[in-house]
Amino acid sequence: MSVFDLFRKKNSGSIAKDRLKLLLVSDRASCSPEIMEAIKNDIIQVISKYMEIDAEGLDIQITQTECEGSEGKVPALFANIPIKDIRK
Amino acid sequence: MSEVIVVTSGKGGVGKTTTTANVGTGLAMMHKKVVLIDTDIGLRNLDVVMGLENRIVYNLVDVVEGYCRMKQALIMDKRYDNLFLLPSAQTRDKTAVSPEQMKKLTDELREEFDYILLDCPAGIEQGFKNAIAGADRALIVTTPEVAAIRDADRIIGLLEANEIRKIDLVINRIRMDLVKRGDMMTNDDVIEILAVSLIGAVPDDENIVIAANQGEPLVGNDTLAGQAYMNIVRRVMGEEVPFLDLDSGSGFFARLLKRFGMK
Repeated sequence: MSVFDLFRKKNSGSIAKDRLKLLLVSDRASCSPEIMEAIKNDIIQVISKYMEIDAEGLDIQITQTECEGSEGKVPALFANIPIKDIRK
Repeated sequence: MSEVIVVTSGKGGVGKTTTTANVGTGLAMMHKKVVLIDTDIGLRNLDVVMGLENRIVYNLVDVVEGYCRMKQALIMDKRYDNLFLLPSAQTRDKTAVSPEQMKKLTDELREEFDYILLDCPAGIEQGFKNAIAGADRALIVTTPEVAAIRDADRIIGLLEANEIRKIDLVINRIRMDLVKRGDMMTNDDVIEILAVSLIGAVPDDENIVIAANQGEPLVGNDTLAGQAYMNIVRRVMGEEVPFLDLDSGSGFFARLLKRFGMK
């Protein structure tokens, strides 16, 4: 038995599972444009109840971010919402 | 009340047509009135798996375009007179039918049948959109492979976006010898990844190839796959059925018998 055998312990079933988990994070993160548009419109509605925002300049996207308590990166929704007037 | 079920997978070649044929035939064996619709326009296969390829006169597109009445296009099964096939057109393409027309078609069939099963084409293009248009629920077929599961995940997302909430998973072509030595994902692995409920686990059984060669679904016979499909049928009808031990050929007793040269 060589030292290299130690690194080959992992069988291909669990390699497949790990690959899939990573793959699906990025697949799922890219939601359909319609869903992104729906999220955007909902955010505009909610925030507009409390302050005046620049709906045209609003930008949302799904990215990856580090997260405490979990290994590697997790998907995150980032929204950049320019405020026109803090008081409505 | 009738139910419209779409059998879909995303990836091709994982067993949609075989699943449609067997689940549909099984439902007919349980005395339900069933129609199978092949929605893969241009590449029809359900007719050959059912062994009905020589009886086709009219097809799905003929019905939708009004060239014939629904009754004229429906082909009765060889073995069960409560099972029918609506074949797809071989010489047209998927743009010949729209999702609205498919919805109308399935609604018309609801009046006559208990179960309407739609065999969906591979992919996520118009053929897929046509197939899911009138569906109440979906059976996702996958194999325990990275590519098939990735596509299944995509399909689940699209079904949810189309308000199809009742989604169940069929894991097909399981090789217990590979699972046992860790070289194939287990059912639990697949369910964990896709987060949908499991409705069936079908082994990779040579009898499926033989049945397809003969054009007769094997559901309900004494093969492992035949039993696995019958269990899916009963679960589709709402029964609670325990999952089969797919490893029965190499269990403790089988091994013991083998050791003593009795098998």
